[in-house]
Amino acid sequence: MFGKLTTEALPYDPLVLAATALIVLVACSAIGALFYFKRWTWLWKEWITSVDHKKIGIMYILLSIVMLFRGFSDAVMMRSHQVLAVGEAKGFLPPDHYDQVFTAHGVIMIFFVAMPLMFGLINLMTPLQIGARDVAFPFLNSMSFWFTAFGALLMNTSLVIGDFARTGWLAYPPLSGLEYSPGVGVDYYIWAIQIAGIGTLISGINFFATILMMRCKGMTLMRMPVFTWTVFCSMILVVISFPILTATLALLSFDRLFDMHFFTSSFGGNPMMYVNLIWAWGHPEVYILILPAFGIFSEVVVSFARKKLFGYTSMIYATIAITVLSFLVWVHHFFTMGAGANVNAFFGIMTMIIAIPTGVKIFNWLFTMYRGRIRFASPMLWMMGFIATFTFGGMTGVLLSVPGIDFQLHNSLFLVAHFHNTIIGGVLFGYFAGITYWFPKIFGFTLNERLGKLAFWHWIVGFFVTFTPLYILGFMGMTRRLQHIGDPEWKPLLIVAAIGTAIIGIGIAIQVLQFIVSIKNRKQNLDTTGDPWDGRGLEWSTSSPPPHYNFAVIPTVYGRHPFWDVKYSPTHVPLVPVYEDIHMPKNTAVGFYIGGLAFVFGFCIVWHIMWLAVLAFIGMIACVIVRSFDEDREYVIHKDELLRIELLRHGGKL
Amino acid sequence: MKIRTFIISLAALLTFGTLIVFLISYFNTQNMGVLNPQGVIALAEKNLLITVFGLMMIVIVPVFCMLFFFMWKYREGNKRAHYDPDWNNSLILEWIWWLVPAVIVVILGVITWKSTHELDPYRPLVSNAKPVIVQVVALNWKWLFIYPEERIATVNYLHIPKDTSINFTITADAPMNAFWIPQLGGQIYAMPGMSTKLHLMATKEGEYQGLSSNYSGEGFAGMKFITKVTDTKDYVEWLNTLRTSPSVLSYDEYTELAKSSMNNPAVWYSYVPEDMYTRIIEKYMKHDPDMHGSPSSKQPTVNSIQKMHAH
Repeated sequence: MFGKLTTEALPYDPLVLAATALIVLVACSAIGALFYFKRWTWLWKEWITSVDHKKIGIMYILLSIVMLFRGFSDAVMMRSHQVLAVGEAKGFLPPDHYDQVFTAHGVIMIFFVAMPLMFGLINLMTPLQIGARDVAFPFLNSMSFWFTAFGALLMNTSLVIGDFARTGWLAYPPLSGLEYSPGVGVDYYIWAIQIAGIGTLISGINFFATILMMRCKGMTLMRMPVFTWTVFCSMILVVISFPILTATLALLSFDRLFDMHFFTSSFGGNPMMYVNLIWAWGHPEVYILILPAFGIFSEVVVSFARKKLFGYTSMIYATIAITVLSFLVWVHHFFTMGAGANVNAFFGIMTMIIAIPTGVKIFNWLFTMYRGRIRFASPMLWMMGFIATFTFGGMTGVLLSVPGIDFQLHNSLFLVAHFHNTIIGGVLFGYFAGITYWFPKIFGFTLNERLGKLAFWHWIVGFFVTFTPLYILGFMGMTRRLQHIGDPEWKPLLIVAAIGTAIIGIGIAIQVLQFIVSIKNRKQNLDTTGDPWDGRGLEWSTSSPPPHYNFAVIPTVYGRHPFWDVKYSPTHVPLVPVYEDIHMPKNTAVGFYIGGLAFVFGFCIVWHIMWLAVLAFIGMIACVIVRSFDEDREYVIHKDELLRIELLRHGGKL
Repeated sequence: MKIRTFIISLAALLTFGTLIVFLISYFNTQNMGVLNPQGVIALAEKNLLITVFGLMMIVIVPVFCMLFFFMWKYREGNKRAHYDPDWNNSLILEWIWWLVPAVIVVILGVITWKSTHELDPYRPLVSNAKPVIVQVVALNWKWLFIYPEERIATVNYLHIPKDTSINFTITADAPMNAFWIPQLGGQIYAMPGMSTKLHLMATKEGEYQGLSSNYSGEGFAGMKFITKVTDTKDYVEWLNTLRTSPSVLSYDEYTELAKSSMNNPAVWYSYVPEDMYTRIIEKYMKHDPDMHGSPSSKQPTVNSIQKMHAH
């Protein structure tokens, strides 16, 4: 009846029990608050069933912030455990638990922090930047979000019921096969990622179509904002690479569920195939994350250096070059697997070639600052912190791309420091810049600048204090994923790294405080103009926050800086707007149901409760079929109604 | 830039600088592993690292200089700085930063191509002494070293003569691992049912840490071994001492050894069957239905192993 699920699956470790208690407590208080304030209907109508890209974007970002707390707790546990597990000392995490912690850290940070944060920002800004009222497929957008959210929920369920994988974040077989990982951990890993991955793939298709088809009149490809361009390229990568991930994990799950032998060591299975396939997705994945961050920096530097972007065309071609090249470098993740010198040299050189377009971007940003008037607002600080950090990370990346050097640094802490250097310094700083920069557009008030700057300084100092020692430990021969450290000489550096983590922790606390203080003092920081940073793109032409239809009249674009040109044109005479009926998509709960059923399906497969898994799967298909026959998907805002809303919004004037 | 911001940044930079100075002085007294090579391969890899680092500085240093200079020069408060809000392209400049990095990458590419072939782990090394063959098996969670010519074996202890090419063939009877002795040279994966190769040569006597660098499960952290490098005379002497060891690595004994265990001490075996290594690899082949139970299975199996690392 309940497959492998018994009461033994419940937690017994005190640490896990404490975490479980915390989760239950938070969940209970949230539910209690909803009852107390009678907000259930509001939650259901305004958020859960919403197909508004702005609300979906906000939910993505909330999800990623919640998951950041968990991912960061994992980081704190790892850093502090290693300090306490040198020589004779044992530390506070047994191998069984420590191995889950580092696996969870990687999975959470990539799939449930970076990806939702990225899709959050893409959802919020892409339609506004291209002058669209929503995405191409609003229902799919809602469904994608719920796939991601329920994937995250499944991943977190493993904390309470059963356990998580102990394999490292990419779960190389044969370690992740049935022979060496007989428990439910790897199954949780597979299905959490599968469910979230399907959501990502659908989102990729959605935004690819949105950017191609939903641009307003006059918005040619070479007039698109750089952020939209980078999102476009990133979505191309999603569409090409995520099916590889889905297929690879499906094969791994066949190995585990049906005793097949795609990736086992015996019966003709080949683990090397898995390593190739997973990196054929894994390498493009890092560019999926970094490209939109590059786009954000391009927007931020223009606004805060108050100057046109240097070399727009170069920027676009560099982005396209990176997109293409990102598929030709995956072998550099395993030069040490014994491929021949020709193969290794080829992939090494391809990897270095990526440094050229990336370098071009850095120079273009620098020369956008040149002869500018730089305002040191917090988005600009993240931008400049990024250039310093990312350049350094790029340099260590080129070092690793030479196979002869990689043989000595692969799998060491040098490697760990390198990819944190690019992912924190590039991706995370970029998204933080994006959140600060676009926050007033979405919520109608700016974030507290003082706390924002303080958070930045903690992050960047904390980053270097944490990861500089890790680079050095890599040189000393310390590998990643060590539950116990034999060499006492490494301890001082591990202590320094732990201090760095604490500094980053303070940075995160300040960011939380920043949100609280900003919301509390929102009346003083209201953005009444819709254009707090003197922006150039269409997103600033509408009010902050935008109405749910974004633009009362779909704009027409004549250049790369549509809003700027109108704002500063001496001859521009604002036209009297001519309103027309607006067709908007209706809210629907089907996306939520499908996501929820996917969760049930995943959970049941993990625990081998096959009858319910089959039912849940049929339920998902049924939902899709029912939805496809639903003809009542849109509502119309009549032009008179629109006029009334607009008059209200603008205080009687138009 | 406000004075306060300036002071904060200065303080941050100073803290960072102090930290670096502290770290550098600290490391002069420490064993820097990769940066303190004791073998020909590790030395070549370290030199390669320094060369590539130097080349990268041609781009990195200007980027950092420009970043800090532009930050300071074009700050909002500096009204004397030239402000040119519409200047957004320059063909010459853009050519420079497409071409200069491209030229550097061409140079790096040539270096990479040559060094990758020279440092190919499969390439035999030239040494005056006759190479020593060592077969390495990664087990859960310990290292088994078989010296097939001497018909002896050790666990978590590797003794090699200096200035002699050591020809490792590496496999695993466990999840994937990587065989790495940082001070002697780069690593290579150890994979079940497959055989990889690595050639190393130590140039200085001493004891060096060896380890697995690819996470393989619960006991991974303890998967370490001592690599003892001595001159040939001491090496031969060690072999003779070892031959008096009462332990023998029979097939049964191997089956016991292969079971999961953690933090194993060093063990010496005075005898090991000739085909132990092949058998360990074939264990995974025999599951192949075509070969199962067939008495003539040996020949095709060896072929298929060779095919897997045809190189």
